[in-house]
Amino acid sequence: MKKDQTLGEALRLKGISRRGFLKFCAATASMMALPPAMVPAIAEALEKARKPSVIWLSFQECTGCTESLTRSSTSTVEELIFDTISLDYHHTLQAASGTGAEDAREASMKENRGKYVLIVDGSIPISNPGYSTIAGISNEDMLMEAAEGAAAIVAIGSCAAFGGIPQARPNPTGAVSVSDLIKDKPIVNVPGCPPIPVVITGVLTHFLTFGLPELDHLGRPLAFYGNSIHDRCYRRPFYDKGLFAETFDDEGARKGWCLYKLGCKGPTTYNACATTKWNDGTSFPIEAGHPCLGCSEPDFWDAGSFYQALSTPTGDITRNTLYAAGAGVAAGAAIAAVNRKHRSSAEKRHEKVTIDDLEKESKS
Amino acid sequence: MNERVVVDPITRIEGHLRIEAQMDDDRIAQAWSSGTMVRGIEIILRGRDPRDAWAFAQRICGVCTLVHGIASVRAVENALDYEIPANAQLIRNLMIAAQYVHDHVMHFYHLHALDWVDVVSGLDADPAATAELAQSLSNWPKSSPGYFSDMKKKLKNFVEAGQLGIFAKAYWGHPAYKLPPEANLMAVSHYLEALSWQRDVARLHAIFGGKNPHPNFLVGGVPSPIDLNSDSAINAKRLSQVQDIIRKMQEFVDQVYVPDTLAIAGFYKDWGGRGEGVGNFLTYGDFPEKGMSDPSSYLIPSGVILNRDLSTIHDVDMNAADQIQEYVAHSWYKYSGGKEQGLHPYDGETELNYTGPKPPYEHLDVEQSYSWLKSPRWKGQPMEVGPLARVLMLYAKGHEQTQELVGHTLKTLDIPVEALFSTLGRTAARTLETKIIADNMQVWFDNLIANIKAGDTRTFNEVLWEPSTWPGQARGVGFMEAPRGALAHWIVIENQKIANYQAVVPSTWNAGPRDTEGQPGPYEAALEDNHVLHDPEQPVEILRTIHSFDPCIACAVHVTDPNGEELVKVKVR
Repeated sequence: MKKDQTLGEALRLKGISRRGFLKFCAATASMMALPPAMVPAIAEALEKARKPSVIWLSFQECTGCTESLTRSSTSTVEELIFDTISLDYHHTLQAASGTGAEDAREASMKENRGKYVLIVDGSIPISNPGYSTIAGISNEDMLMEAAEGAAAIVAIGSCAAFGGIPQARPNPTGAVSVSDLIKDKPIVNVPGCPPIPVVITGVLTHFLTFGLPELDHLGRPLAFYGNSIHDRCYRRPFYDKGLFAETFDDEGARKGWCLYKLGCKGPTTYNACATTKWNDGTSFPIEAGHPCLGCSEPDFWDAGSFYQALSTPTGDITRNTLYAAGAGVAAGAAIAAVNRKHRSSAEKRHEKVTIDDLEKESKS
Repeated sequence: MNERVVVDPITRIEGHLRIEAQMDDDRIAQAWSSGTMVRGIEIILRGRDPRDAWAFAQRICGVCTLVHGIASVRAVENALDYEIPANAQLIRNLMIAAQYVHDHVMHFYHLHALDWVDVVSGLDADPAATAELAQSLSNWPKSSPGYFSDMKKKLKNFVEAGQLGIFAKAYWGHPAYKLPPEANLMAVSHYLEALSWQRDVARLHAIFGGKNPHPNFLVGGVPSPIDLNSDSAINAKRLSQVQDIIRKMQEFVDQVYVPDTLAIAGFYKDWGGRGEGVGNFLTYGDFPEKGMSDPSSYLIPSGVILNRDLSTIHDVDMNAADQIQEYVAHSWYKYSGGKEQGLHPYDGETELNYTGPKPPYEHLDVEQSYSWLKSPRWKGQPMEVGPLARVLMLYAKGHEQTQELVGHTLKTLDIPVEALFSTLGRTAARTLETKIIADNMQVWFDNLIANIKAGDTRTFNEVLWEPSTWPGQARGVGFMEAPRGALAHWIVIENQKIANYQAVVPSTWNAGPRDTEGQPGPYEAALEDNHVLHDPEQPVEILRTIHSFDPCIACAVHVTDPNGEELVKVKVR
């Protein structure tokens, strides 16, 4: 089907009659559990442009990413689901359960093959398919099946983008990211634990309006992950003056001085928290007095204590091989490869940074 | 029809839940509840800095997004005997309460409502009659005929576009839906309004914790300092924002949530006669006025009710080895002493052991292990936790507002007190406690203002922040009443690191499988209480009762390393 064709046009081009088209509409009404009286209206709607279909799969996740989606002030989740997209599968929000839910997913995949956007939150455990199933199907099988017909994949949250907390040392379930398993589709990573609400909808809007956004070396859209939090932080001038909070609730903390010495990971974290802020621009962690955890970076869970000034990750390169040993050689090799990749990428970005280094950097 | 009905995924919940029901003709004879996802956060917590634990534990769940953070900092503080300033206690109370109000309203409108509300039927509503109905219930300003006319048009355009999205393949037109079209249109309108409202009131967490979901916490206090002369602390502007949010919460609860619950319940009174569960109820207590060490100052008391007997409240001891225990007879875990025994969380010993069918599978073998959740028991008894347990506890202990609200509800609906022990009672209790907690937010906020006026602005106690000040060994329990029920984390600290970390969470109490004695958990027992399915392909009856518990199944995690050494565990809602 060419991009601009409506379903009605496409069917007619394929020689399907008006009568056949109406039969199709009746089937659609039945699929949506709508009364037959709705068929003419559906036929009319199908003659017009359709909303892009989105299928959202949730694997090893905590639903924080979906909660974040509902906090987006623009576009709002209600604008999205009523006006912009057709959210055809989403565990937390969809009305149908069980067979009805799975039928809706399969119907959408078939009907919108090659065109739907696949959103994934949560990591995928590969040590044992029984570690996470939906409708009796393993996460890996469901991802592979849904990815095949997708136009593009958006990995929402640090778990889907980088493996996240399930992959933190020692990765007990062999959790991997979407890009560890899918190599032949465009993937946009939208990390964060969770991602900022308007960043989730912003990336989606960008994709639907302008196509794939420009990405950094970790697959993150530059529009939201192009600068470090430190470089955009409103407390940066105090850093430059050498004024730091030494502990919580001291004079410096009350006056809004730099939280670097309390462990702030802002200097090595690329995200829009300091500019876009959270919850309709209300605040962000540093503004509320807490150091940045670094949650949009790979392996941030293993980058040392949240309250220690920046340091290199402490993880062991062989951290998962013990667990993978019992789960088969193939899975073990895959996990080891993931670990090597993450270890090297984390080392690149979590270099030991001292105040002196940062001062040098800011002066140069 | 003696078939096995399977509902997987159960949608409109947090996490991955599967229900299998053995039918006896059209009636559910037996039901089994299975959590189908495991992550391993427990093993991940081991060896970490205990001050970091809240951030890890919080990721157990992003819906009840602060509760594991609170339980975690309380566990560390309990282990170290670490007092926090009065203001920190009040700010935590406000944040926990905000979570309740936000979470319960979202559960009602976005997760539970579609079990009772037929979206498509709203197309037949008369906007003027809908306005009349809404105005008869409350003074909520968005109740005009013009407003509902617009909403109906929006709904019509959406349905006629032929892409129902999240509303596709649902149960519209099912005879179990009893609301008239006008009530359906009103409820759909409030579904949308609640989406907008929740976005606004979630800002309270951003003010004190920097963001929502997953706001920030701190062992020893709260991260946000108070300074009326600073542009980067809790100042008069921030406090007035908080006051504004509390007011908006109370308005929505009083004028929309409570009236809608009563109005909708009026059409479903028969649901006061099914879905009871186990008849035993457990609370740990929460919302201290004077710190966690003084249970007499809690708004919600702790206790156990057995066999519906409200006249006797049993005491709960979190540390007694023979009270809270976990069983794995039907869970995918091993115990070295055999699968039959029960273990207190401090003695917890667990090993991941998936013995279920190889995916893809059609049915679980319910005679063997069938869930990633364990079966927690109090003195061997299954317990229901959550809003109904709390409302019953408040009621039994003579809390005046609770008694008034319960009395008013029973009178309005014209149902007997026994109807509380049901699917309907559980859902009503959630609404009533939301009002009680929203009202108390004003009290805590006023106390915070009074402290600041009196010159007390402390939010953090520095004395035990440095791990070098800690004893070599310490252990403690942090507990709270999460929106979904009694939650506790047990922590063992050795040489400034986490040696053991365990959580027993609300949805494990409610959703856990059968125990060694074959006693079903509350979900299972509730489904076995008087459920007739009109059409197994459209199991709306199962969804009503399961959703009345507000499931939150993010994962259940108990792991031992390959050498057999016991590791930390976190069981997740």
